[in-house]
Amino acid sequence: MSRLAVPKTYKLYIGGAFPRSESGRTYEVVSASGAFLANAAKASRKDARDAVVAARGAVGGWGGATAYNRGQVLYRIAELLEGRRAQFVAEIEEAEGVTRAVATAQVDESIDRWIWYAGWADKFAQVAGNANPVAGPYFNISVPEPTGVVAIIAPQDTSLLGFVSAVAPALVAGNSVVVVASERFPLSAISLAEVLATSDVPKGVVNVLTGSPAEIAPWLASHSDVNAIDLVGAGDLDWISLEVDAADTLKRVLRPESGPDAAAPALGRISAFTETKTVWHTKSLR
Amino acid sequence: MSFLEYAPAPESRAILSLRDRYGLFIDGEFVDGRGTPFQTISPSSEERIAEIANANEADVSDAVAAARRAYDRSWSRMSGRDRGKYLFRIARLVQERARELAVAESLDNGKPIKESRDVDVPLVAAWFFYYAGWADKLDHAGLGANPRSLGVAAQVIPWNFPLLMLAWKIAPALAAGNTVVLKPAETTPITALIFAEILQQADLPPGVVNIITGAGDTGATLVAHEGVDKVAFTGSTAVGRAIAKQIAGTDKKATLELGGKAANIVFDDAPIDQAIEGIVNGIFFNQGHVCCAGSRLLVQENIHDEVVERLKLRLSTLRLGDPLDKNTDIGAINSKEQLERIRELSDIGVAEGADRWSVPCEIPENGFWYAPTIFTNVQTSSRIAREEIFGPVLSVLTFRTPAEAIAKANNTPYGLSAGIWTDKGSRILAVADQLRAGVIWANTFNRFDPSSPFGGYKESGYGREGGRHGLAAYLSPAPIGQAALSRPSTRGAVETADGAAAPKARRAVRSATRSAKAATKGSKR
Repeated sequence: MSRLAVPKTYKLYIGGAFPRSESGRTYEVVSASGAFLANAAKASRKDARDAVVAARGAVGGWGGATAYNRGQVLYRIAELLEGRRAQFVAEIEEAEGVTRAVATAQVDESIDRWIWYAGWADKFAQVAGNANPVAGPYFNISVPEPTGVVAIIAPQDTSLLGFVSAVAPALVAGNSVVVVASERFPLSAISLAEVLATSDVPKGVVNVLTGSPAEIAPWLASHSDVNAIDLVGAGDLDWISLEVDAADTLKRVLRPESGPDAAAPALGRISAFTETKTVWHTKSLR
Repeated sequence: MSFLEYAPAPESRAILSLRDRYGLFIDGEFVDGRGTPFQTISPSSEERIAEIANANEADVSDAVAAARRAYDRSWSRMSGRDRGKYLFRIARLVQERARELAVAESLDNGKPIKESRDVDVPLVAAWFFYYAGWADKLDHAGLGANPRSLGVAAQVIPWNFPLLMLAWKIAPALAAGNTVVLKPAETTPITALIFAEILQQADLPPGVVNIITGAGDTGATLVAHEGVDKVAFTGSTAVGRAIAKQIAGTDKKATLELGGKAANIVFDDAPIDQAIEGIVNGIFFNQGHVCCAGSRLLVQENIHDEVVERLKLRLSTLRLGDPLDKNTDIGAINSKEQLERIRELSDIGVAEGADRWSVPCEIPENGFWYAPTIFTNVQTSSRIAREEIFGPVLSVLTFRTPAEAIAKANNTPYGLSAGIWTDKGSRILAVADQLRAGVIWANTFNRFDPSSPFGGYKESGYGREGGRHGLAAYLSPAPIGQAALSRPSTRGAVETADGAAAPKARRAVRSATRSAKAATKGSKR
């Protein structure tokens, strides 16, 4: 006798909890062949603002954690993702209509990117920072610090890899993020949120919104408490208007990328969301 | 005669050989501008110094075209070693003509000669000397091997440190292999034009640096020009915001050094003599025309009265007057407009309930002057505690605990700089960690060095100037997979670490990548 499956309700991930959209809206997510997969939450402006509040509340703790600790937490994400490979592979196969091998490659690369970025957590400051030989009796050092709250429009053409490739680097330096997942492939992002929720990632550090990027992105781009916006997956949106909105509060902006190299692993993706702080101190024997 | 009275000791103006009219410096020569020329005056006397050309749209296009030609034909093809030698030459020429530049700066800007002579001009030389050495070492800039220059840089600078801001902009841009169109501020063009003569003496290839004078619309035209690859701006947050909007959707990169409202935090265990000097230096250096000025004094409540009393005593010994006098501490306000803004905000401070105290000093009859002023009983919500005054006006606020000091210091949309005064080293480091500002001075203030990155958090802008970080702002990483590729044959033979690539060479590199990729694919099949 075949067993009747138990489908999952996919919701948002805000402040460590999984709420439905406050708007009560959902939208239908279908497989590559057009079959019904789920009703994903369709996030509203208020959901986006709630996510920013949660992210702001998490910045101090995450950015203030030791780099060693952040590295271990990011590594823990990879560990738990590894344990749930089969789930993600099946989800991607169904959603994207790709072969098992292709889906597996996507999941494996996603896991490996978490590990690559996890390793940077306690080294990045050594590479990006500097001791500066100023001409005077001063101790002078420059260190990178997290920019704060980063909004991300995740790459739209993959379920998991693009999402991970955009989120992981922003977390390395200690930022908290509000991510708008792929509109067409949102399910793996929410499943990943389940991994994050059990990986010692403090609540509010990653907040995931599903729904329409075109609808949500302008609220994030113009939000005064968002410090930076990664438009990597916004290529099909009116991203120039988003950049103009972001200029009102002088947000740091990463422009859209496309193709398989979008959000490729790079030190530049970490440093894009850091601020260099230079501290001078007098030297004296007296 | 009291100990505060000295005989006048003016620096001689005989060292200057200013022209009566200055043109635009385009393609290595001075040419006439096509806009309506304007006069630059000395803010301490309102006397005319010279007539300055005004670049219109066509002039801006000429300058950008000259910079592009120089980039394509000479500068991007030159070895880093030779680019560095030009920059070393410039550093030396600045040192040789240091006194002339200092006198011209004080005349045109109004700052005391002891500042232009001992701070501005020596730092200008240091800036060129520092970046000169970087020109053939770009692989170590932090962007991986073979970083690329960006192309033509449009640089718009303010009037508070005219020549120093020019050096901050031009030195790293040239070291990285870019060419430049620079627009000095309308009220302070003189030293930039003397600098153009220095470039002629250095025999810098024509077009590598172009200097065009004009007002805000000239700057806006330059920034918007489609031939520009990089925008570097120092000035107000309002203009910075407009620039960020203007370049949205383009490939232009930007460095923005904008406003500030720095907190200068004084704890009750601070070395009080040094702290008083530091507070004075923090806000009254250069008449407070400093974006990173310590304009908000946060003093621990139990020492508030003592600090304010000592500050008033110290300020009473400052000498306000002729910028060219070697004994002058406080020079002239740079322009009538700026003086009006300082007056307006100060009056608002009084209207909002703060107590104003100004140094009782004699104000010269001509020129623009504002006596050093302290506001006490300032509310955090008051406009003089929130807005950049950009003048010799200090707002004093109090705090009780380190946490309160940090919260108040960070309670601003700006984040350029901050000061901390305490004898407790561990507290300095903990507070420095918590402050959201790009430059933090502990038991000192307003120190600058070419090796030390400078720039802001939040609405104080983005990007850094100075140090390795300031160099990286004029470079981009080699395209993926290109870092190890051999360089195009147009490069100098000795070249090993050059960021520049002519557009043609770039295209060659790109097509090489494509064919390399195609080859890989083919072999897989």
